[in-house]
Formats: sequence, structure tokens, C-alpha cells
Amino acid sequence: MSQSHRIDGGQIDRSKTLSFFFNDQRLDGYAGDTLASALVANGVKLVGRSFKYHRPRGIFSAGSEEPNALVQLRRGTFQEPNTRATVAELFDGLYATSQNHRGPLKHDLLAINDFFSPFMSAGFYYKTFMWPKAFWEKIYEPIIRSSAGLGRLSGKADPDIYDKGFLHCDVLIIGAGPAGLAAALRAARSGARVILADEDFQPGGRLNTETYSVDDTAGADWASTAIAELSSMDNVRLLTRTTVYGAYDHGVYGALESRTDHLRDSGGKPRQILWRICSRRAILCAGSTERSIAFGNNDRPGIMMAGSVRAYANRWAATPGKRVAVFTNNDDGWRTATDLAAHGVAISAVIDTRDKQPLAAPSGAMIAMGSTVTDTKGRHGIRSITLANGQTIDCDCLAVSGGWNPNVHLTCHQRGRPQWRDDLAAFVPGGDLPTGMSVVGAANGALTLSAALKQGHDEAGSVAAGLGFKKTKSALPKAEDEAAEVAAFWHVGQSNARAWIDQQNDVTVKDVKLSHQEGYRSVEHLKRYTTLGMATDQGKTANMLGLAVMAECTGRSIPETGTTIFRPPYSPVPIGALAGRARGKDFRPTRLSPSHEWAENQGATFVETGQWLRAQWFPKPGETNWRQSVDREALQVRSAVGICDVTTLGKIDVQGRDAAEFLNKVYANGFAKLAVGKTRYGLMLREDGIAADDGTTARLSETRFVMTTTTANAVAIFRHLEFCRQCLWPGLDVHLISATEQWAQYAVAGPKSRDLLRKIVDADIDISNEAFPFMACGEITVCGGTPARLFRISFSGELAYEIAVPTRYGDAMIKALMKAGEEFDAIAYGTEALGVLRIEKGHAAGNELCGQTTACDLGMGRMVSKKKDTIGSTLSERVDLNREDGLTLVGFAPVNRDDDLKAGAHFVTKGNAATTQNDEGWMTSVAYSPSLGHSIGLGFIKRGHERMGEIVQAADLLRGMNTDVEIVSPHFFDPEGERLRV
Amino acid sequence: MIINHPLLGPRDASEFVYLGDASLIDRPDWQHENSQQEFHNYLYLRDNPAGEHRELWFHEQGDRSWLVVTRNTLTHEISKVELARDVAKERGRDK
Repeated sequence: MSQSHRIDGGQIDRSKTLSFFFNDQRLDGYAGDTLASALVANGVKLVGRSFKYHRPRGIFSAGSEEPNALVQLRRGTFQEPNTRATVAELFDGLYATSQNHRGPLKHDLLAINDFFSPFMSAGFYYKTFMWPKAFWEKIYEPIIRSSAGLGRLSGKADPDIYDKGFLHCDVLIIGAGPAGLAAALRAARSGARVILADEDFQPGGRLNTETYSVDDTAGADWASTAIAELSSMDNVRLLTRTTVYGAYDHGVYGALESRTDHLRDSGGKPRQILWRICSRRAILCAGSTERSIAFGNNDRPGIMMAGSVRAYANRWAATPGKRVAVFTNNDDGWRTATDLAAHGVAISAVIDTRDKQPLAAPSGAMIAMGSTVTDTKGRHGIRSITLANGQTIDCDCLAVSGGWNPNVHLTCHQRGRPQWRDDLAAFVPGGDLPTGMSVVGAANGALTLSAALKQGHDEAGSVAAGLGFKKTKSALPKAEDEAAEVAAFWHVGQSNARAWIDQQNDVTVKDVKLSHQEGYRSVEHLKRYTTLGMATDQGKTANMLGLAVMAECTGRSIPETGTTIFRPPYSPVPIGALAGRARGKDFRPTRLSPSHEWAENQGATFVETGQWLRAQWFPKPGETNWRQSVDREALQVRSAVGICDVTTLGKIDVQGRDAAEFLNKVYANGFAKLAVGKTRYGLMLREDGIAADDGTTARLSETRFVMTTTTANAVAIFRHLEFCRQCLWPGLDVHLISATEQWAQYAVAGPKSRDLLRKIVDADIDISNEAFPFMACGEITVCGGTPARLFRISFSGELAYEIAVPTRYGDAMIKALMKAGEEFDAIAYGTEALGVLRIEKGHAAGNELCGQTTACDLGMGRMVSKKKDTIGSTLSERVDLNREDGLTLVGFAPVNRDDDLKAGAHFVTKGNAATTQNDEGWMTSVAYSPSLGHSIGLGFIKRGHERMGEIVQAADLLRGMNTDVEIVSPHFFDPEGERLRV
Repeated sequence: MIINHPLLGPRDASEFVYLGDASLIDRPDWQHENSQQEFHNYLYLRDNPAGEHRELWFHEQGDRSWLVVTRNTLTHEISKVELARDVAKERGRDK
């Protein structure tokens, strides 16, 4: 079987033979073939099994509308399911397998479904597999899913790479058929920046598949000349293999360019590029799609769209049959008969639903006017057809034409509605088009060649003029208008056999009638009840038939019945292309602090904090459990000194004459009177009175402050402060700069911290307790002149400092600090020990500032100044946020000191059941305190400050734990705070 | 969507962060006799117009301007883009 159906002519390169595999059978094709045309040329009829009934199916069309010929392309991790063979460009070594069958394609074990088809009409699954209810998810659905359906994914990571990009143009032309080429030539010659996009690898559209002439040359040759001219122009970008899949706001279009799908190996280049095209104007030249007619057993392999049959013959020199019959309701179907006859293919019959013969018939063909096809025979490929009068005619291919539907899809992406045209028996674009779009050619209902060329030419002229481009002489390409009469005809009534409407979803005429009978009459209901028009082809060849049958059932016209809404994408877009490079770790940037490399060398374990990676703990040799490391680090800070990287905290430089007043408005507590050289803790509220964020702000001069925010909120707080500055108080003289990345900052904490820092700061800087007391700050120099900032602030409760140096010195600084600290047994500590130390001190952090707690709840109610206007101050005074029985942040210690505590546990009074009704609060943070020798926790509980010493239950129903805990002060360690002031 | 930034020209919407109704500029007077009610209305009550809507966008991946964008919620047509600072000043917020 070597290209048994190859005929003369065509636009294939016979000097380049390409070998490929279909179901492990080695076949040959030529360069210029699609997988489908190569299968046609090799006489392969059966290419897959249908979705529900496992009916044998063949190639139905020659374009992106294909419902049947879906294959799995490539192997291993490159395997891609549901690839339309009709748009898969052939390459040497292509490997494809058919889908949705168990056992060999020809002897599919699940073909038995077809015999049960009387029971499997629309809604069958939902009506049948109703009980027992639990069976649906565990038993019925998995079985149905594995027997119905499409191809399979490899289950492995996609090895291809995908790119994204922006393109800009004056005029985007969508489709490079006759209308698109005429439009592109005129727009480009006027000097406009033009992007011409076409889904095919060979631009030209129907010019490549018909035998028409333009300007007295063959259509395909005219198209090549036009493409050559356009390719030579600097103001034109030609995007072949590119589908414009969506029309978005403001002239933005989504397009998928396939870059290496036609190659055996991508060579490491991006497989596809997702373009966002920003256009000033767009001309839609998307052409039209042929639709079928429903009649008995109209889904057999070998029954194809008439326009596609001649496309295979004319463009790819492959005939789908050697004895072809044509069934049509329009003039265009006759052209298939004459074109194939011209290639020497026998035409057995032309059946036309109309009474009057429009064109001459090829010799030898039987003509049946006013007749229909009622049934067909042939299990794995059509063998004969039966006409309405009972006559049987042999054929191995039946070309069907029910007329052409303009491709209006993109005109509807902004909820535009198409309009019905009786003379075409089809919908054309309505008046409500996306901004900047116009439609020409077959997409606009101009279904004949010269009309399409003229519309493209004229519209491009007025679009270019409208954009202010010069008028240039550009002649209208000349062509003849072909006969294109059509008489609406949708389905053959006098047939008992099943008549398919949607082949991809196995929807028949009977299913549509059932949908009507059961009350699903609106088109949107019809679609969802029967699945008509769903899946990869979105019913491009089927929707109109379904609508027509529904219209017939309801006695309404087709326009009254309406269409479903077309949404992007026009044809499938791989998820990989939508993701682009944003995969895995590249989904968002990973931010590393300047000490990261040093920490890695110390063997640190890291934790993600927002985008940052922070050292969580630093294991020492012999430590086998994280707790050993964390306990050691926490104890060492309390007894000697530890160093922790706090670079990730948000830092905002606040400058201006009104900087203090500005801070006074955004912090709940007062800042106006903060002295230069001092630091203050600040609490920010949201406007609704809930705590938003906290941090320290240092006053470096009269007009300059440096604020810190929590790591996670740095971006959101900066945005909020800019809102306050620009929208609420535009009269204040204040400016903000995010300085998070500009400074590396280290906490140096512990009784030996001052001794250590004395070795780092330059000799002229006095950091004695008297000269640099608790909460002092200053701009200093370190290590012999390096600029730095020193803050005497403490999160650990120990004598502590934070020292900041420009980021480029961060790595050197951590090393200098560790070296200087050797004699004091300094250690590096991570975020876990940091957490232990702050819980021991009862400091609130992210777990406590969780978006549902107020300053009162946090025990900071008195900080909220009532003497000034602050974000959140007014609404924080609402009665229900200040209830006597409100939540209070307190400490918790297990009654049995050996018990572990769990964050997330809820508090219940002793003796009460652990139910929602009895819920009194929850545990927010827990840690094992190595200083105290037992677990401790922070949490919110109603009236907490009045209940010191009470024993309550900490119930954790998720983990099945219930622990007795004592309510204690949150200041577990050094409650008087003496250690940090020494 | 394309937002025509008053200083930077047309920019893709992906550079911006959306906040909401531009009425958030009109923050009430904290010393108003009914200030709690005023702040409640300011914070929680919004019109939901089918048509022109003035809303706040932040050019976060750009120059950090807050903008007041007048957008038709039915068509996404943007008829006006102003610097929020200018709008706030017009509404007397710098007094």
C-alpha cells in the first residue's frame, strides 16, 4: 500500500519523500503533506474510534475544524494527545497512533458500546448511574472515563519550552486566504505596519485548494507571488503556522505560533510562542467552514466534507476515493465532482437536494436531483449509499456539502451576536464587532472569489486611509465569481438509522430531539445536555446542524433559536504555551539574601518566605534532629550572641518635610514626636480597624525615616503607602522609595552583642549603653569607613542590634560578624530560633497579625491614638471590635509539661464539649522553649487577661488531640524586659 | 487591556494592580459628628454601575503612579485616565 491514492498535480514536493509511522505501520508521504493528506494518499480510511460508541471513524475535513482524525503524536514525554491529523505537518520520522480503542484499531473491544447505543442517548450516564450515590465517584465515573474519551497524556513533565511575546502593528490581518492577501497587499503598500497571520504552513487559504485563477494566473501561484512580495517588505511580519485564537479588549489579540511542531526535533528551540498582538485595526479574513448534512450512518470512514475532498485532490494530490459520490445542497459541491473528474477519479453519482441541476456533471456520473442519501454501508469504510428512492450506489468516498458557514468566531469574543442571512443559510458577523475590527471575504459572507478579493482590497484601503497612511496605486486582483447558490437543507428525515450531527461527541439527530422533548430547548441547554459543539473542535462542522434540528422541533426559525456564545480560544491552545516560561521554580522569582551563599556553605536548611529563601536553621555536626539545632541556637543567643539575616524585611525610605506627619497618619501610634536618632515600634491598621502590619521605624534626620515592614507584606504595604500619599494626602511633602534590596541587614542578639559589635564599628563610634541606649539608631561606619546603619532594637528580648550595610557588602559583613564573634562563641541562627525567641517574649508576628485581629486583641489597644486621624482609627472604635469578652493575646503552657502544643488548636472551657458553640479562641504560635524546658504557646482567648491561671482545653480535632493548658502571661521570659536595656 | 498612562503613554494592563472604586479618594473627615457612619459608608458601600466606572489602578510594574481610570464596565472602553494625585487635589484633599 504505497501511496495508492496519490494522483497527479498538487503542491507537494515529490523530490522529498518522508517516512512516517501510523500505528507502527511505516508509510511514505511527501514534503508539503499533512499527516492527514499522507494517510489519504496511502488509502488509510480508518483513523480512530468515536468518543462514546467507539464507532470507526475516518478523516472528515482538511483543516483545523476536524472532529474525527485526532491522533497521539510523538512518543515518550513528547507524546501529545488529540492532535488533529489535518493540521499536523508531515516530517520524516513522524510517529502517530490512533486513539480511544482497546485492542487493535480495527477490532476495538469497546465497539460493543455501539450495540448498546439505544440505551446511551444524551443524559444516559446521569440518568442511569444514580445509585448507590457513593458509586459515582469511585466506580462509575472512572469506568466511563477510561472507556470514553480522547487521547492520553504521557503523565510526565512536558520537555518542550514555550515562549511569550508582544507584537505591535497598525493593521493585523487574520487569515491569508484571497481576502487576507488582497488586504495585506494594499495595507502594506500604503506603508502601514502589517502583521499577517495564518494557521496554515502554506498561506493562500482556499487559493491553494481550488482551481481558480487570479490575475490570469493559477490561484496558488498568485498567492505565492503575493507572499513573496509581502515577505520582502520591512513593514510586514508574516506569521505562518499561527492561529489568532482570541479577540480581547482594545485591539489586543492572542495568537499561537507553532515554531517546531513541524520538525522532528525542536533542537532546544521554543516549540510554540504565545503572542499578544496589539493592533490599531484588525481585518478578519478567517474564511468559512463547510458544514455537513445529517443522514443515516453518515459517520463512516470515507464520508467527508466535499470541499475537503477536493482540497486533498487539488493541493495534496491525494484522492480520498477511487469511486466518489457527491451529496450536496449547493453549487459548490458540484465543483468537487468536476475537480476530481479532472484528476481522472471516477464520479459515481451526484445527489443534489435541489430540483434544478446548476452545473454540468462529469461524464459517467449518475445525477439525482431532488434526492437525498438515506443510508450508507461499510463497517471500516463506506462501500455504498442508498438514495431516497431505494437505489443503491457503490462508492468508496462520499463527499458531502451542506453549505458554508462564515467563521464569525472572533467577531463574537466581545459578546457580539452574529446575524442570519437567508440567501447563504448561514450566520454572518453582526454589527457589534470588537473595537477596531472589520470583517471581509468569506468570513463576512462574501463566499465567492472576486467578491472576497474586492472586499479585502477595499477594506484595507479605507483602514489604511483612516490611520493616515498614504494612498498608493494598488490594483484590485481580478478573478471570476463562481456559482455559489445554496438551498438550506439540514437533515434527511426519512431514515431510521442514526444520523450524526456532532461526530466528535457522538451526538445524533435523535439526541437533539430528546433534548427538546426533555425541555432543554435553549441552545445553551442543548449544548450542555447533549455535549453538542464541545471538545477540541467546538462543533465547527456540527453546530449549525444541531441548531437547525432544534429549530425544527420548536417550530422557530434558526435565528430565533440563536447560537451559543463563541469564546476564545478558536482552536485548542496547549496549557504549556499559556504558562510560557513560568514553570516550576520559574513561576515566580526566587529572592536570595546577600548571605545566602555563605549560609549554604554552612549547611543551612532554607524555608520559603514569600519569594525569599531564608535560613531556617544551621545544623552542626552530630545534630540529627532540627530541634537540636534550633534549641542550641536559641540558647546560645540567650547566653552569648547570635547573628540572624533579617535582610528580607521590607524597608521603605520615607523622606520629606512632612515625613513625620505622614507616618503619624499611617501608623496607629504616634510618630510626630519621635526624636532624631531614635527608633519606634509601629502598628499599622487597615481602614476597617484590623491590624495590617507592624515593624520599626527609625528617624535618621528631621526629614528622613527608614521604615521596616514584615517580609511577606513589603509589597502590599508599599502600595498602600503610595495610595495614602497620592490619593489621600497629596498635599504632604513626602516621598517613598522601596529600599528592601538596597540594604543587607543582620540582627546581632545576645548579652555579648555589644562586645562583638565594638570590633566591627569604627573606633570613633560610641555604642555604650549611655551613648547608644535601647531604641537608638544612627548612621555609622564599620570596618574602616564602610557606611552602615545601626539600630538598637530587639526581637529576642536580649541586648540586641540590627546592623545594615549596602547590599554589596552583605556577604562580607556576615563573614566579618562571624569572625569577630568567634571569641564570644557567636552562632548563626535561623528563622526557627528567631520564632522561639519571639514567642518566649510574647511578640506578635504573622500568625497573630492574621487579618482578623485588632490592636485590642493584640494587647496594643492603648497604642491606637485617639488624638489624631490615622488609617483605621475611626472604625477601630466600633463597639463590636471593643467588647468586654473580646479576644486577648495571652500565653499558654501545658499543664503536663511534657505535652506538645499545636498551633491551630481551639480553646474550650474545662468540662465543655469541643464544639463550635463552645469555641473561645485559638492557638496561633507554639514552640519548645529550651530556656523553660517545655512547650509554650501564644493564642487568642476571650477575656484572656482576666483568666490568668485558668486551665482550659486546647482541642485540635484535626490531629485528634486535646491538651490541658494553663493561661499565662505571654511574656514567658524576662517579663520585666531588663535584659534588653543593659 | 491597554491603559493610556498620562505620563508614560499606552501600557499593558498586566503592569497594573487594580484597587477599586475611585470614591476611595474621598476619605471622610475623622472629626465629622457622624464619623463612624461616614467611614462605614466610605469603606463598604459601592455602586456597581453597568457603564462608566471611575476606578483606581496602581502602576506597580512601572512608575508607581496611582491612576483614576474611567472604564465602561460593559465594553471595557477606557475614556479617561488621570493621575490620582491630580484628582485628589481637585477634590480638595491637599487642603
